[in-house]
Amino acid sequence: MRTIETDVLVIGGGATGTGCARDLAMRGIRAILVEKGDLTHGTTGRYHGLLHSGGRYVTKDPQSATECARENVVLRKIMPHCLEDTSGFFVTTPWDDPAYGDVFVKNCRLTGVPVQELSVQEMLRREPMLNPQISRVFEVMDGSADSFLATRSTALSAEEYGAQIWTYHHVVDLVREGDRVTGAVVEDLRNGERIGILCAYVLNAAGAWAGKIAAMAGVTVTVLPGKGTMVAMNHRMVNTVVNRCKLPDDGDIIVPIHTVAVIGTTDVHVPDPDVYGIEPDEIQFMLAEGDKLLPGFSQYRALRAWAGVRPLYKDRDVVNDRDIPRTFKLLDHAERDGVEGMLSIVGGKWTTYRLMAEESVDALAKRLGNTRPCRTAEEPLPLPPTEHQTTFRPPIRTTGPGARVAAEVEALQRAPLYWLGKHLSEVEREQSFADLICECEMASRSRVLAAIDAGAKNLDDIRRDVRMGMGPCQGGWCIYRTTALLFERRGEDGLSQANSNDALLHFLQARWKGLVPVLWGDQLRQARLDELIYVGVLGADRLRSIAEQGGGLVTDNPAVATEYVKA
Amino acid sequence: MDHIELSLTQSLDHCIKCNICTSACPVAAVTDAFPGPKYVGPQAQRFRHEGQPVPDASVDYCSGCRVCNQVCPTGVKIAELNARARAQIVAERGLPFRNWLVARAGLVGRMSCGPHAPLLNFGLRLAPARWAVEKVIGIHRKAPLPASSTYTFRAWFRKHRAPTTARRQVAFFHGCATNFYEPHVGKAAIAVLEHNGFEVLLPKQQCCGLPLISNGDFKAATSAHEANVQALVSYARQGIPIVGTSTSCTLTLKEEAPEILALHSEDVQAVAAGTYDIFEFLRSLAERGELKTDFRPIERHLPYHQPCQYRAHRLGSPAMDVLSLIPGLVLEESHAECCGIAGTYGLKQEKYQIGMDVGAKLFAMVKRSGSDLALCDSETCRWQITHGTGVASKHPIEILAEAYGLEL
Repeated sequence: MRTIETDVLVIGGGATGTGCARDLAMRGIRAILVEKGDLTHGTTGRYHGLLHSGGRYVTKDPQSATECARENVVLRKIMPHCLEDTSGFFVTTPWDDPAYGDVFVKNCRLTGVPVQELSVQEMLRREPMLNPQISRVFEVMDGSADSFLATRSTALSAEEYGAQIWTYHHVVDLVREGDRVTGAVVEDLRNGERIGILCAYVLNAAGAWAGKIAAMAGVTVTVLPGKGTMVAMNHRMVNTVVNRCKLPDDGDIIVPIHTVAVIGTTDVHVPDPDVYGIEPDEIQFMLAEGDKLLPGFSQYRALRAWAGVRPLYKDRDVVNDRDIPRTFKLLDHAERDGVEGMLSIVGGKWTTYRLMAEESVDALAKRLGNTRPCRTAEEPLPLPPTEHQTTFRPPIRTTGPGARVAAEVEALQRAPLYWLGKHLSEVEREQSFADLICECEMASRSRVLAAIDAGAKNLDDIRRDVRMGMGPCQGGWCIYRTTALLFERRGEDGLSQANSNDALLHFLQARWKGLVPVLWGDQLRQARLDELIYVGVLGADRLRSIAEQGGGLVTDNPAVATEYVKA
Repeated sequence: MDHIELSLTQSLDHCIKCNICTSACPVAAVTDAFPGPKYVGPQAQRFRHEGQPVPDASVDYCSGCRVCNQVCPTGVKIAELNARARAQIVAERGLPFRNWLVARAGLVGRMSCGPHAPLLNFGLRLAPARWAVEKVIGIHRKAPLPASSTYTFRAWFRKHRAPTTARRQVAFFHGCATNFYEPHVGKAAIAVLEHNGFEVLLPKQQCCGLPLISNGDFKAATSAHEANVQALVSYARQGIPIVGTSTSCTLTLKEEAPEILALHSEDVQAVAAGTYDIFEFLRSLAERGELKTDFRPIERHLPYHQPCQYRAHRLGSPAMDVLSLIPGLVLEESHAECCGIAGTYGLKQEKYQIGMDVGAKLFAMVKRSGSDLALCDSETCRWQITHGTGVASKHPIEILAEAYGLEL
């Protein structure tokens, strides 16, 4: 077994782990990050995409609210290309306690969350589809975030500073010598090779899987996987994040992100982060809640449903999972459990990932005798090669609570903020509309090839890079095209036709999972057409006999076979 | 938001990306400048956001022929989405002078119609003049411009003496082309209607607004439609049918203006419900046995092109149905999607060749027929057919008047 030495082994390729790797590398600390799937394979890639203003936590979790409000501004400065400045509303519907509005504003002030009340008339001018029976509206600095792109940009920066990012590397075991964790054994899922990693510290940033990792070192960390189910609707009926003005509950938020509007979420405790299903009543409930915010919401085309597991850290006995603080906690297992060489960073949320990384790395740096300061809040993230190098700057917000920050961010003249029309405008500029691989999400051939060349291990990786297969047809037209490109591009590196077939089947199955919960109306019609394409025309149902795992791809490996398979 | 508006804005959700519209689109088939209805319609619509800059420009190459709507198996209102997207471009980037001008069919017609028309017509046949018009304004030098009339249809109508035996009334919507370029089409319509016992009323009217809609000038189109509704609604309310010879004008009154411009008042709906294309109207008379059939035989074999804007009425082929009553007359249908002119589209310098390529199938069919006359219900299509083939063209109502032996 090959053995490699490093200073810190980061476990988990979500926002937090990747943020930690970047911070470590920027301070000159050697780091290797291992992730059993692709970056964002876990919770980061399965959240609704909200850049929190903090508004959702002002009452129940003021510390989280304050952290979100601060990090919101930081992220706008370091990763504008990943964020859309949608702004956000908190609205009092007839189903909400009208008295909460005043409490909300007071608590926003106490926690430092910028807020401004709007007239209902103004709200309807900006978002005419919203319920006209809404009685009060408060605007906050919500936005939407591309968590895939943000994590890849962070990883790219980490690599530029010398960190190693190993995706599809599964931790088989942690090595414990006496009271000290000294390293880990990981498996390269592409070929089964085992590699030993010796390190001064293990940083457990495995999110909902942190309990499983900690257990390998004989330490108990109780992370309650809180399943949140979301539904993406086919188009954006609102362009502003809309929250119910009440204590956070199921189905109380609509996030316009990229081309879709996402309604979320539920919160169901599941015993294992790898085993959960999506129940029909969850979907029905959320769509019905959507109708309260936006009359007729449930009649729009639902595109897909999915679920992620929140990494809620349970300190002590908490009755309701929604009452567990959403703030994060850094666990020093030396202090806590008498086990040296390992820290766990648990809880938290996407918006505060950078702060979580900063605190974790501060603690590690101190132990390693490194005195260099954290610079992740100042230095902007690089753009991955799958991104259009665009110079067009969409106009910035000039009114509301976010105007001042928007002007501040604009003054830095960093990458332009993401805007909805970005990819369409680039395709138009390049006149590449005849060369689209994923037509729904406007992923051109050059971007898909960039994703393949960046090391995609299956089609789902390409999806996360360029949104291939995420539009209305859910891969009906782009899966076979992308498979062909993958084969063309990697054929010389040993990727066979059988491996390509396997990639196609794997991705078809992954898309199908998210379609099953929303199979009615337009999406049922779509699924029927997709079935005709893949089964009727291409005979995908008979492809299994000439499909084979391998060729540098990772498809149906049990280590990453999470989701609803076993539910 | 009312249900008509919702059915339009939400219709993008019905797209299953099947590409049937893209395969059927006559424009996408001949040019790479137009990515096709699926792309510019339901697909691009997901990337548009009123509060943000317009991201795209290629939708301007949509000719508005509505073939996409006709073939869409799931009912996406692609042509309407495209028209609105173009209007967004115009709202943001302004209306080029050329488009402003060609969109104002009434204004241009009024200026060019009159005793000076022969001089103007002569001038516009001179190559250097057309070259200059192309360079200065951007109207292609070869594009088929109609010859102006020395008198307006309305002026003729004022002097026209109607028979006194009429039992019923219709209101005639002549449109700009009949008024300023082809009064003979209106005269034939009046003759046919009067022959069938109708008193023809001539309401005040202006341009239906279609060229304004298709050039993205929604503000002017809205005021044109509102003025027309105001002038026509009393007829509609009295149950007097509003009948037109221009299939595009009648489609605009019936459907395009209300839907694309989001005008849904009761008056608008009343006018829409009370408007008929002339052959739609005549066919309904025939179905009730009320159409006179004292036709003289016309022993001819003529090519007939049903305009895309007529097919968009979703009425079948009323002109074919009525003309089939004429003994001896055989019509051969073109089965062509579009003649390519699409109102003002094929006039434009950058789109002229696209229009000609779109029309190629139709031109070939007309030429193959060997006929010296082609029939078509829409004026700009007739001009395009004649331009593309050298074959004269007439409105089917003119043949009907001829079959009745009516003096024009």
